[in-house]
Amino acid sequence: MLGAGAGQSAWRRVVVYVVLGLLAVVFLFPIVLMVLTAFKTTPEIFRNPFGLPQEWTTQGFRTAWSRASFGLYLRNSLLITGSSAVLLLLTAAPAAYALARYTFRLRGVLFLFFLAGIMIPIRLGILPLYILMRDLGLIDTPFALILTYTASGMPMSVFLLSVFFRNLPRELEDAARIDGAGEQGIFWRIMLPLVRPGLATVVIVNVVPWWNDFFFPLLFLPSKTWRTIPLGMQIFFGQHLIDWSLVFSGMLLASLPLLIIYVLMSRQFIAGLTAGAVKG
Amino acid sequence: MFLTPALVIYGAFMAYPLISSLTYSVFDWDGLLRRGFVGLQNFVTVLTRWPYHERFFNALGHNAVFFGLTFLIQTTLGLFVAVLLARKLRGFAFFQASYFLPHTLSLVVVGFLWRMLLNPNWGALPQALRRLGLGDWVQPWLGQSDTALVSVILVNAWAWLGFPILVYVAAIQAIPREFEEAAVVDGAGGWQLFRHVTFPLLLPSLAMVTILTFIWDFNAFELVFVMQGPSGAPAYATDLLATFFYRTAFGDPTTGGEPGQIGIAAAIGVLMLLIIGVASAFGVRFMTRSQTEY
Repeated sequence: MLGAGAGQSAWRRVVVYVVLGLLAVVFLFPIVLMVLTAFKTTPEIFRNPFGLPQEWTTQGFRTAWSRASFGLYLRNSLLITGSSAVLLLLTAAPAAYALARYTFRLRGVLFLFFLAGIMIPIRLGILPLYILMRDLGLIDTPFALILTYTASGMPMSVFLLSVFFRNLPRELEDAARIDGAGEQGIFWRIMLPLVRPGLATVVIVNVVPWWNDFFFPLLFLPSKTWRTIPLGMQIFFGQHLIDWSLVFSGMLLASLPLLIIYVLMSRQFIAGLTAGAVKG
Repeated sequence: MFLTPALVIYGAFMAYPLISSLTYSVFDWDGLLRRGFVGLQNFVTVLTRWPYHERFFNALGHNAVFFGLTFLIQTTLGLFVAVLLARKLRGFAFFQASYFLPHTLSLVVVGFLWRMLLNPNWGALPQALRRLGLGDWVQPWLGQSDTALVSVILVNAWAWLGFPILVYVAAIQAIPREFEEAAVVDGAGGWQLFRHVTFPLLLPSLAMVTILTFIWDFNAFELVFVMQGPSGAPAYATDLLATFFYRTAFGDPTTGGEPGQIGIAAAIGVLMLLIIGVASAFGVRFMTRSQTEY
């Protein structure tokens, strides 16, 4: 977009920066406040809500870590999100590959079958899903969440990866076949490494909502053993709402892993998420 | 062979539950046990019988307001900001990254954070207003029935807006420069350029983001659950279809309310599926029709 005249455009530029700056304050200030408040004592939060902490304290963090079993929730969240990502890649990639590179009778139908799930939130099937998990004895185990997350990520991932696979040149495959490589070998050793950017996109698009999910843990994890961070925090905050220092420390602890990753690699994040959205 | 694992997981844990929730809605249920076939009786109950029909239409209205207000914010403010950002001036990567930052927080954290920030006695926003001499403006926004829903929607917009902005910026930057240059050579000013060149080319992205927003807003659950409780306090003023569904299906542990009614809950779920399905079908049709190849 081009500015009109030179004199006007300098003014415009100032206005643009002011507008964008104000908006950045709206988005960032609550988060900055959360970070600062987490290091204050509860009386200081009430007395001095905006300034830097007069005496930095980590009491809230220590209490949250010991009494809220934050370490346990962190381990559970890592394990569940990580396993779901691995399982999703191991299942979605071969499926996308088959749909993109082979011709067979049911291909069109199967592709549509996967595609149909992109628009439908899996939550709407929660009742049969809950009963299925109960009948399989998976309630209160991490497998209920891992299977649900993998299934819900499948349509978008199969679609995205099939786009990546379709763009690979045919000659690669033919050359490998002439060299005597089997179909499995071609896929795992030659084709899969070539779609690494696609695999990264799939992981980014899915891991954020899984890590932050509250709905399925709420229903599938009634006891404490496998609680994830969002559920554990919600229950803990509900019981300790008067202790502001503790709640703010807990919120910061809960958000820290994704915040750090985001700050370190916001470029890849943004690229991955827009790729997921624009192609969907 | 490549396809089997994906088909099994997707089929068993997504396709099967979604399809069979349709059949759940036409049976009578005793707790988690299925009884006889009752046809459309559960739907009749949801739509005509007290208290279900009152709660259903109450929640449906709230979801509509939720979507309407969010749509308004993202297609005015969001689109405006995206147009500014798309010029790639110095420092814009920072702005874009900061608008998206709240999107990475869990809605549980977003909900509790804003509950604290809006607390009428000690919250940061009321304290700031008091220091500015605007103490009269302070209200228990989340506790009054006429302000609670709008407050929750604005909190949601805070966490959500980064996503539409991101997509719009990417879509604007994908428009070939020659289009804009040609329009400028033809004497088009800033607004005309936007109205006749940028905007029509953005329609597919706008439609797509709108569909995603609709689906998301008609499934919204966490924020109300965390900020206002499972029955959408005060007095169902923030109740949504998903919280209503949750209470009907799993009972309400906090108020000891009505016990689980699987059949009726399934009917609510099917109605939600219908609303989302019809709306997205319209949206997708609009999107494909407005697509331009370039």
